[in-house]
Amino acid sequence: MSRIKELQKNLFGGSTSNARQFGMIFTLIAVIVYFQVRTDGLTLTPTNLIALTQQGAYISILSIGMLMVIVAGHIDLSVGSVAAFTGIVVAKAITENDIPWPIGILIGLGVGALIGAFQGFWVAYIGVPAFIVTLAGMLLFRGGNQYIGNAETITVPKGFQKIGSGYLPDIGPETNYNNPTLLLGLLICVAVVIREFRARKVRQQMEGAEPTPLWVSLVRLGVLLAVILFATFRFAGGRVGTSFPISGIILAVLVVAYSFYTRNTAGGRHIYAVGGNARAAELSGVKLRRVNFFVMMNMSILASLAGMIFVARSAASGPQDGLNWELDAIAAVFIGGAAVSGGLGTISGAIVGGLVMAVLTNGLQLIGTGADKVQIIKGLFLLAAVAFDVYNKSQGRFSIVGSLMRPFRRDTPADPVALAEASREEEKAPAAG
Amino acid sequence: MESAPPLLEMRSITKEFPGVKALSDVNLVVRAGEIHAICGENGAGKSTLMKVLSGVYPYGTYSGSIVYRGAETRFSDIRASEHAGIVIIHQELALVPGMSITENIFLGNEPRRFGRIDWKAANSKALELMRQVGLTEDPDTLIKDIGVGKQQLVEIAKAFAKDVRLLILDEPTAALNEADSQHLLDLLRGFKERGITSIMISHKLNEIEAIADSITILRDGRTIETLDVAAGGVDEDRIVRGMVGRSLSNRFPDHRPEIGDVFFEVRDWTVRHPISTERLVCKNSSFNVRRGEIVGFAGLMGAGRTELAMSLFGRSYGVWLGGRVFKDGKEIQIRSVAEAIANGLAYVSEDRKAIGLNLLDDIKTSVVAAKLSKVTRNGVLDEAKEYREAEQYRKSLRIKTPTVDEGVTKLSGGNQQKVVLAKWMFTDPDLLILDEPTRGIDVGAKYEIYGIIQRLADEGKGVIVISSELPELIGLCDRIYTVFEGTITGEISRQDANPEVLMKQMTSTKKTLTP
Repeated sequence: MSRIKELQKNLFGGSTSNARQFGMIFTLIAVIVYFQVRTDGLTLTPTNLIALTQQGAYISILSIGMLMVIVAGHIDLSVGSVAAFTGIVVAKAITENDIPWPIGILIGLGVGALIGAFQGFWVAYIGVPAFIVTLAGMLLFRGGNQYIGNAETITVPKGFQKIGSGYLPDIGPETNYNNPTLLLGLLICVAVVIREFRARKVRQQMEGAEPTPLWVSLVRLGVLLAVILFATFRFAGGRVGTSFPISGIILAVLVVAYSFYTRNTAGGRHIYAVGGNARAAELSGVKLRRVNFFVMMNMSILASLAGMIFVARSAASGPQDGLNWELDAIAAVFIGGAAVSGGLGTISGAIVGGLVMAVLTNGLQLIGTGADKVQIIKGLFLLAAVAFDVYNKSQGRFSIVGSLMRPFRRDTPADPVALAEASREEEKAPAAG
Repeated sequence: MESAPPLLEMRSITKEFPGVKALSDVNLVVRAGEIHAICGENGAGKSTLMKVLSGVYPYGTYSGSIVYRGAETRFSDIRASEHAGIVIIHQELALVPGMSITENIFLGNEPRRFGRIDWKAANSKALELMRQVGLTEDPDTLIKDIGVGKQQLVEIAKAFAKDVRLLILDEPTAALNEADSQHLLDLLRGFKERGITSIMISHKLNEIEAIADSITILRDGRTIETLDVAAGGVDEDRIVRGMVGRSLSNRFPDHRPEIGDVFFEVRDWTVRHPISTERLVCKNSSFNVRRGEIVGFAGLMGAGRTELAMSLFGRSYGVWLGGRVFKDGKEIQIRSVAEAIANGLAYVSEDRKAIGLNLLDDIKTSVVAAKLSKVTRNGVLDEAKEYREAEQYRKSLRIKTPTVDEGVTKLSGGNQQKVVLAKWMFTDPDLLILDEPTRGIDVGAKYEIYGIIQRLADEGKGVIVISSELPELIGLCDRIYTVFEGTITGEISRQDANPEVLMKQMTSTKKTLTP
């Protein structure tokens, strides 16, 4: 096995990885380097990184839920409207009914859960395609937002704004850096190291499996730690009063929790099973309806959270909130390697996909590109990224990187065309008996 | 016999895929007007060879030469080969379910008048083509409304619409019942008289023996031999010997059953069709299974065997109207698949790709999929345990794969079936229902699957085998129920079982029980 391949296999952990994500990491690095040079270093300044995190947090929260929806074989077009609807309900509750903002957040999550249960009911128990249900929801909740808010903008109090624009506080000794951010970075480093060695131990317990070579672990750790430390000092060393954003922390917690859920639990495995082959999953005892209901409901809860973070950041809830968010979230998921037909994709991939889009948008804005051109470039980029991958697969390669290692390839094909080919062409597989 | 000049000659064809040589130096000579069978185990290279021939793998992606009708050809794609009169009919039919027979026959090849499709001409031409293949249906009937057998005929009519000279059929009878298969074989004989040459890939050796003029045997991507049937001395055993490189004197492993008491019993099981409320797919079916016993269910396609099995397995098919299930003397309720699994039932479906496996999964994920609780603690997966469990099945069932991290699509049919068996053995079942467990599997793998089934019985489990191949049921089962139109029409013990008796019971409603 080639060394690049081993690295690829281990970057995203085990067999659920796929080449598009690996390619995306390189794309991400390339985009960052390109704009770092083009903007004379503006891209990686603390101020810009903080802005990127705050802008990207709510879309990334959406793409976590969207990934699960798409893996299960559905889609959710209503997330932007659901976010806006929740935003206005919470803003009204806090400002007009004097409800303390922490309770307002709980109310918001409750609204998301109710909406999710409503949409999930139609999808899972009646069998209406999610595309239709959420298209209806998109209209319904956009209208609801404007009905409740009277199409006006409602400002929210300072305390609530923290979840969107707050930072870790400045405490502890004077170090020229924000101490909690430093501490957080350190904790993440320790967690990453522990996780790596636990993963190695698990692999060693797999009798007959090739253990991950030590150098791969070390390279991977080295790269990860370098990135984390770099980011830590950037976030901690920004303008006084700023540090790592609260919204970034919320996102990070969600990413870790949902990655664990999708990768390491029976419930997560069921989502992939349903998306991969619903009938086979059903005949294996997976409760199809429950899974479908759950992913739709979960999506709306995350959408409501994203909506609240957005309202908090912009200090007000308005009728245009969350417009086109669904498209950004869906784009992130597909750029991150999910299959349109379901069953494939990872949260980390979706996050990287979202990051690529965010850095691209941010970089274009920094060099003064107009909003019109930014949209055109983003559209073309999405098309190119997925088309490139599909084309490569149809050629029997998996990606640029995959193509370098053709003799060693062993990933599961990721799109239905390649899959159908593969199942018909059992004869070409080395393992075929 | 060498008088007829070869219509087709493929010379030292070599085709490589990344990391594997699918064909190496393969030669194939097909004489004009013959029926030429290609035999080989799964993975021997049969389909790849046909794809090279039909231009699916264009000229330049393989080495060697193809001489067709006296000239070397270099097909760039499948259209080019069709233009030359070579038409391939794949195992998975390429028909549009929501379109009519006529529309399908002329799909991509529509007769036109002034740029518009001339449906009048198309319909009359379709009727003529349908007559040629012996298909009596209204040409406006939608494909999804006719059976697989007739769909197969539509495919052939479609080939005829393209002026076929060389017809290639990949496993044409795999999904057909006895009568439809017979009709298709008769049809091929008729084509032969009209001068159409056919190449047929099939696992059904009895059919090949009956119909082929010559047989080319492939093994591991190489030509082993070409047998001339007319010269005599070719029978199933001879073909098998060529395919597996040894003689399989016995197609079933020796087995001495140790049969215990009845532990599973179904009484008056009645199920209606999911859509048409009038139709009963199971009518008062009662049967039982003893520990350590292999029980067969024989019946024609559509007799209701799969429907019976799936409705038992957590009501996964149709609407349950009545009937009780007893296990170890106690009545049990099986209202969902989860309850079925919890009660020790396992169902291995007849279509492993469509409903048996998630083709995106790797082997280890597939093996544990039906009982994740065995590899989870508080809902969290123990990946090391998952791997170890899967690894055990890889060894004990001899699944041919380097590691259990491999995707299931990379496996051959026989090995995929072993993965499905492993998946259900992993649920620790007491009763396994195996629906067509050896369909589309080559001879060597079949033998292994039979061995696994016998081993399961020896562990004291009950095994139900549903099969359309009577020799398989007779060779494997301790007792056979026959099913006809949703009714169990007979119960035949191992000693009394022979194809004639079974066939009689499978086609009549008269109940005669000879336990």
